[in-house]
Amino acid sequence: MNLRRIFLILVPYLWLLALFLVPFGIVLKIALSDIALAIPPYAPTLDITAGWEGIKRFFAGLDFENFVFLTQDDLYWRAYLSSVVIATVSTIATLIVGYPIAYGMACAPRHWQPMLVMLIILPFWTSFLIRVYSWIGILSQEGYLNQLLLWSGLINEPLMIINTNWAVYIGIVYTYLPFMVLPIYATLEKLDGSLLEAAEDLGCSRSSAFWLVTVPLSRPGIIAGSFLVFIPALGEFVIPSLLGGSKTLMIGKVLWEEFFSNRDWPVASTVAIILLLILIIPIILFQRNEQKQREADQ
Amino acid sequence: MGQSNGKQVFAPWENPEEKPIIRFGGVTKRFGDFTAIDDLTLDIYAREFFALLGPSGCGKTTLMRMLAGFESPSAGTIELDGKDIAAVPPNKRAVNMMFQSYALFPHLSVYENIAFGLKRSSMPKADVDGRVGEMLRLTRLEAFARRKPHQISGGQRQRVALARSLAKAPKLLLLDEPMGALDKKLRQDTQFELMDIQEKTGTTFVIVTHDQEEAMTVASRVAVMDHGRIVQVATPDRIYEMPNSVYVADFIGDVNIIKGNAKRLDEAKTEVHWAEGQAPFLGTTNSEVQSGAACFFAIRPEKVAITMDRPKSAANAVSGKVLDIAYLGNISTYHVKLATGEIFKAQMANDRRIARRSFTWDDKVWLSWTDTAGVILAR
Repeated sequence: MNLRRIFLILVPYLWLLALFLVPFGIVLKIALSDIALAIPPYAPTLDITAGWEGIKRFFAGLDFENFVFLTQDDLYWRAYLSSVVIATVSTIATLIVGYPIAYGMACAPRHWQPMLVMLIILPFWTSFLIRVYSWIGILSQEGYLNQLLLWSGLINEPLMIINTNWAVYIGIVYTYLPFMVLPIYATLEKLDGSLLEAAEDLGCSRSSAFWLVTVPLSRPGIIAGSFLVFIPALGEFVIPSLLGGSKTLMIGKVLWEEFFSNRDWPVASTVAIILLLILIIPIILFQRNEQKQREADQ
Repeated sequence: MGQSNGKQVFAPWENPEEKPIIRFGGVTKRFGDFTAIDDLTLDIYAREFFALLGPSGCGKTTLMRMLAGFESPSAGTIELDGKDIAAVPPNKRAVNMMFQSYALFPHLSVYENIAFGLKRSSMPKADVDGRVGEMLRLTRLEAFARRKPHQISGGQRQRVALARSLAKAPKLLLLDEPMGALDKKLRQDTQFELMDIQEKTGTTFVIVTHDQEEAMTVASRVAVMDHGRIVQVATPDRIYEMPNSVYVADFIGDVNIIKGNAKRLDEAKTEVHWAEGQAPFLGTTNSEVQSGAACFFAIRPEKVAITMDRPKSAANAVSGKVLDIAYLGNISTYHVKLATGEIFKAQMANDRRIARRSFTWDDKVWLSWTDTAGVILAR
């Protein structure tokens, strides 16, 4: 094997090692440790000066106690389950909102399309945190939405949206909409218009041509977009803690509280490891979808 | 042509009793300022293989898309079986189209592609199966029924597109440049296959093409189009032998065109005076050309004989010098420069080995042809 090839293979592996495996190893190590009133707030720590004895003592101190603990307190599995439910519902909601937007963009005149893509990306130019905060101004009891609805006479009393799961859904749909719209737009934009004409020619109405041709052919975009929304929404922390109420249970929030309120780094790390394991399934499915799409394009 | 069976020639257009299946009545189509089809009137008869031939932008595809229902005429009527179809949407027309890109559904198998149209109608499932099987046999695709379009070759995809558009047994099948994506050899085979399928199914075919050879091979009649108008509609042999204009003569095959003045000798013969001090060409009288009017004399290169010495009995003969020889294998085309400066093309079959060829560059030769070989055209 020549050096060039070794180098080419080495670079991505070093990247993976430095940016994924090493941090993962550190988190795993903390998850296997016990809480301690110290800096850092866990034990044991590796004492290299003690030599072989130190290493032996270090490994003897590691155990799976925290993993067992997670199964004993129902807070954790309820938080995981609730996160999965919230992420699933918001992914479906994002799809329902995002598909018509992507479809409209793909149907728009060619010369408008770059501008429409720009408009979809535009919100990213403002800080994510500021955008979520501004939703508080819209959704709160004295917020713009309630003012508008009261003024129009549709409601007599202000709606309770902020501090409920509804606010979390709205926040997630709003934040992750571009991740849904762009991949769907990419598949729709490639769609050959003569396929729809062929479907019509063979007896389809406009709407059945949409369901029989457009939707199946945009499936890779739908799958990619759904994963791009589902995966980050599952571990979402900012949106539930700013817009959700005390009853909104999401694993990201639990994780944050374990770290910063409880200062229980080992349990927090365990929560993070389990979350990662849960996420591996959709990530692998996502990768497989991308792979299949690339093969189909060739 | 393909339809003649020896005893009875297929020519419904010559029978005034015959009702056309398609009738364009003064159809005009405008896109903004651009007139794609200009007051066009045309009849197409049942079981015909009708070719629309013309350069790109002549309006032939627009004409076809109006038949399919994707465009509607700005003025005039299109009748199918005597009924105006202007208000009928594409999915309700007994017309199917084979697209230039084939437009096969990439997410469906060959079988499902062919069954697509049948499933949209209220056909029972067992009948759908039977019909798809029939189509697969007709296009020799039985072995590929389960494959997806990207897993088969270009020629096979073309046959799937044909099978899919024929599956619903349309009254009229439209073919938009059906062989545009095939290489030459495959295209020739496919042309004969297409004629065969047309005869077997008895469907009326309308084919759009810019390839004159293809139109001549498959069609019972050819319409030559230019700028949204039909210049000539006739059988391929008449289009070739009796073009009605310089445009048609020039578009179909190779031709020598000489400008001159007509001098009618009698009902049968006309002289064309084409250059000072040169003997006039003798040709058959065209009633459209007045005596004394400017005209064009058109003659196909293969009808021009090339000899060393002046032939004694030829009605027309001119001398010149061989300028160029294009060797095409079975034939050679000689470019001969006349004394007046005109370049004349003459073709000869290479029935001898090339080493024994009689003429070479710069030889002085005589070109000759009979008095019926050329045509005299007014425009």
